[in-house]
Amino acid sequence: MSGQTVPADFSGHMLDLDEDDDLEVFSKNPSLAGGGPMPNSPSSMVNQYRLEEEEEQQEANARDLFITVDDPESHVTAVETFVMYRVATKTTRSQFDSSEYEVHRRYQDFLWLRSKLEENHPTLIVHPLPEKFVMKGMVERFNNDFIETRRRALQRFLSKVSLHPVLSHSHHLEVFLTAQDLLPYKKQGPGFLSRLGETVRAVASSVRGLKSRPEEFSLMKEYVEDFSIKISSVDKVTQRIIKEQREYLDELKQYNPTYAQWAESEGELAEPLNGVASCVERCSKETDEQIQHLSSVLVPALHDYVLCAETLKLQDEVDSLADRVELANNALKGDWTRWQDGMRADLKSAFLSTAEKNVEYYEQCLAVWESFLLSQRVEPGEQRDGEDAS
Amino acid sequence: MLCDVTAPVADEASALMEICVAEAEKRNGRNTVNMQETFTVYLVETRPMDAVAEGRNPAPDSLWRRYSEFELLRNYLLVTYPYIVVPPLPEKRAEFVWHKLSADNMDPDFVERRRIGLENFLLRVASHPVLSNDKILHHFLTEEHGWKEVVYETGFQAKADSRLRALSATFRVRNPDKRFMEMKHYSDELQSHTSQLLRARVRVADRLYGVYKVHGNYGRVFSEWSAVEKEMGDGLQSAGHHMDAFAASIDDILEEEEHYADQLKEYLFYAEALRAVCRKHELTQFELEMASQDLVSKKQQHEEIATGIVRTFSFKGMTNKLFGQEAPEQREARLKLLEELIAEGEETVKEKTVECEEHVDRAWVDMQRFKEQKDKDLREALINYAVMQISMCKKVRSSRPALRRGPSDSSGRVIILSSF
Repeated sequence: MSGQTVPADFSGHMLDLDEDDDLEVFSKNPSLAGGGPMPNSPSSMVNQYRLEEEEEQQEANARDLFITVDDPESHVTAVETFVMYRVATKTTRSQFDSSEYEVHRRYQDFLWLRSKLEENHPTLIVHPLPEKFVMKGMVERFNNDFIETRRRALQRFLSKVSLHPVLSHSHHLEVFLTAQDLLPYKKQGPGFLSRLGETVRAVASSVRGLKSRPEEFSLMKEYVEDFSIKISSVDKVTQRIIKEQREYLDELKQYNPTYAQWAESEGELAEPLNGVASCVERCSKETDEQIQHLSSVLVPALHDYVLCAETLKLQDEVDSLADRVELANNALKGDWTRWQDGMRADLKSAFLSTAEKNVEYYEQCLAVWESFLLSQRVEPGEQRDGEDAS
Repeated sequence: MLCDVTAPVADEASALMEICVAEAEKRNGRNTVNMQETFTVYLVETRPMDAVAEGRNPAPDSLWRRYSEFELLRNYLLVTYPYIVVPPLPEKRAEFVWHKLSADNMDPDFVERRRIGLENFLLRVASHPVLSNDKILHHFLTEEHGWKEVVYETGFQAKADSRLRALSATFRVRNPDKRFMEMKHYSDELQSHTSQLLRARVRVADRLYGVYKVHGNYGRVFSEWSAVEKEMGDGLQSAGHHMDAFAASIDDILEEEEHYADQLKEYLFYAEALRAVCRKHELTQFELEMASQDLVSKKQQHEEIATGIVRTFSFKGMTNKLFGQEAPEQREARLKLLEELIAEGEETVKEKTVECEEHVDRAWVDMQRFKEQKDKDLREALINYAVMQISMCKKVRSSRPALRRGPSDSSGRVIILSSF
C-alpha cells in the first residue's frame, strides 16, 4: 500500500459527472474483429449452482481465476474523454479457451457487466461498483488520486465476482474478460425477452416467498437497516478522523520549524533544539503515513460496504430479499451467509491492518524520541552537579 | 511537600532555609476601593536547613501571600538590582491556552500551576548569589504583616517609576558596550522564538485534542454496532471500550504538557528581564555621555569667556560682537559660576562613570550566570518533553490487547481493533 498515491478523501458533496452515463457514443474507435463464444441463455446459468463446492474453502484453495485491473489511460475522442483500464485475466478453467487474456475496459463496461449479473441473478448479492459521481472539491475528475481509487474499487469488484461460486461462471463475465470489443454484446437483442422473463419469474417467486416466511424476511430487513446505519456511521467517523489527522499534521509541520529557528540564535542549546525539531519532523512523517494507510485500506473497505448496504436495501425494496430466506433453497441461503462471512472477513482484515499500522506508528514515534534521549544522555558530567538549582 | 533545595537567605543569624509554596486557598476581602473581591492566597513555608540536617524536624514557619505581594517583591528587586537578571513570576493571566484549557484565574489547574511557578520564583531568588542576601526578601519570607510597609519605606517606588519611564524611552547611545547590544539582540530573539514555539504548540495541542476526541465517536458506534452483529459482538464491544479510553486519555496528556509549556514561558519572561538589564546599561551609558557632553560644553564656554576667542556660535557671542563686550564684573561672575558648574559636572561624570562601569561589570557576571542556567534548564525541559512523548506512546501501546490474525474465523473470539 505504501508508495502509492493517496486516494482522495470522500467527504464532501457530489458533483455531476456525465462521462459514464449511458449515452449514445459516437466513438471513432475501430471495432475490433471477432467476439467471444455465442452467449448461452441466462436460464442455463441459473441452473449452474455448485452446492458441494460452496463456502470459503473453494475460495482459499481452488482459486482458478485471477483478474487484475491496472494501467489506466486517458482516451480522448472528438466527443468525449474517458479512462480505459487494462483488465488482465489468468485462468485454468476449461470454459476459457486460453489461459491468459488482456482486454481494455472503461467504467461504462463495468456498469454493463454488473447490471447483467444482477439481471441474471436477481437473488444473489453482487458487489457494488465505485460511484459514478465525483465528489465536489476535486477539480480534475481525471485527477490521479481519483483514478487510482476507482481502479482499486474496480479490481475489488472483479475479485469478488471471480470468487463467487455462481457469478464467476457467468457468461457475461467471460465475455467481459475476453472479448476485444464489447459492443456487439451490449447491443444484443435476442435473449432480452428471456432475461426479462427470468426477472419476472424471480419477482413472482419472491412474492410467494414473502407470503410464506414473513418473520425471517423482516429479521433480514431489520439487519440490513441496522447494518447500513452502522457501517455508514463508521465510514463517517473514519472520514472525520482522517480530516482531523490532516489538520493535526498541518500544525505539526509548522511546529518543528519553531525549534529549528530558535536553534539558530543559540549556542549550547542549538543541538538539543535541533534534535527535538528532527523528532517532531519524523513523527510528522509517521502521521502522514498513517493517514495514507487509513485512506487506502480502511476507507475503501468501509465505503464498499456502505454501497453494499445501499444496494441491499434497494433490492429489499424490490422484495427479492424474500428469496434469500428461502431456507428450502440452500444455494440462496448460502449466498446470504457467504456475503455476511465475506463482509466480516473484509472488515476484520481492514480493521486489523489499521490497528497494526497504528501500533507501528507508536513504535516508530517511540523509537524516534528514545534515540533523541540517548543522544542527550551521551553528555554527562556538567549536568551532574551536587546542587540541584531547579 | 517540602522541597530539597537549599537556599541561603541571610538574616542576622545567617541561617539557611528551606522554602516551599505549599498550598493555595481562596479568600474573600475588600480591595483598595473597598469592593468585595475573591482572591487566592498561597502558603509560603520556611524551615531552617540546619535543623533538618541535624535530624530534627521542626514544624515550618508559614505565612500567606497573594500574587500581588509577589509582584511587589519582584518590582522591588528589579529596581534595587538593575544589573541582575531577576527571575520572572508565573504569568498573571493565562496565555497561550488551547481551547479546552481554562483561561480563568480561579480554575484549580491554573491555580496549581501558579503555585508551582511561585515556588519556583522563590527558589530561584533565594538561591541567587546576590538576591538571596536581600533583607526585604527575608522579610517577605518571615513577616506576614507589616512587610509591605517595610518595602515602601525603602523608597523604591520613586525609583520604580523613573525606571519604567527610562526603559521605554528612546535615546541614542554613542558608545554602548558591544556585548550588551548583542545580548539585547539575543533577548529579542529569545522572546520571539519562545513565543512562536508556544503558539505553535498550542495549535498542535488543539488539533491533537480533536483527533483523540473523534475516536470517542468510534466508541459509541462500535458499542451500538455490537448489539446488531451477533458474531462480531464481543470484538466490537471491546473495540468500543478501547476507543473510549483512548479518547479520554488526551486530557491528562495535554495537562502534563502544560508543565513543559510553563518551563518555556519562564524563559519567555526571563528574556524580558535580560533585556531590561541591557537597557539599563544603555541608560547609564547615555547618562554618562550626556554628563560628559555637558561638562565639555561648560568647559568650552568657560574657555571662550576667559580667552575671548569664540569657537562656537552663541547668541551672547554675537550680541557681544554687535553691541560690545559686557562689563568685566559680569564676566567674572559668569566665569565663577561656570567654574562651580564645571566642578559639579566633573563630580557627576565621575559618579556616572562609576555607575556605568559597576553596572557593566556586575551585569556581565550575572548575564553569564543566566546563560549557563538557561542552557541547563532548557536542555532539561527538552529532555522532559521527550520523556513525556515516550510515556504517551508507551501508554497507548500497552493499552492495546494483542492483535490476533487467525484463520478466517467469523465467529467468536476475534478482537477487532480499530484505527487511530
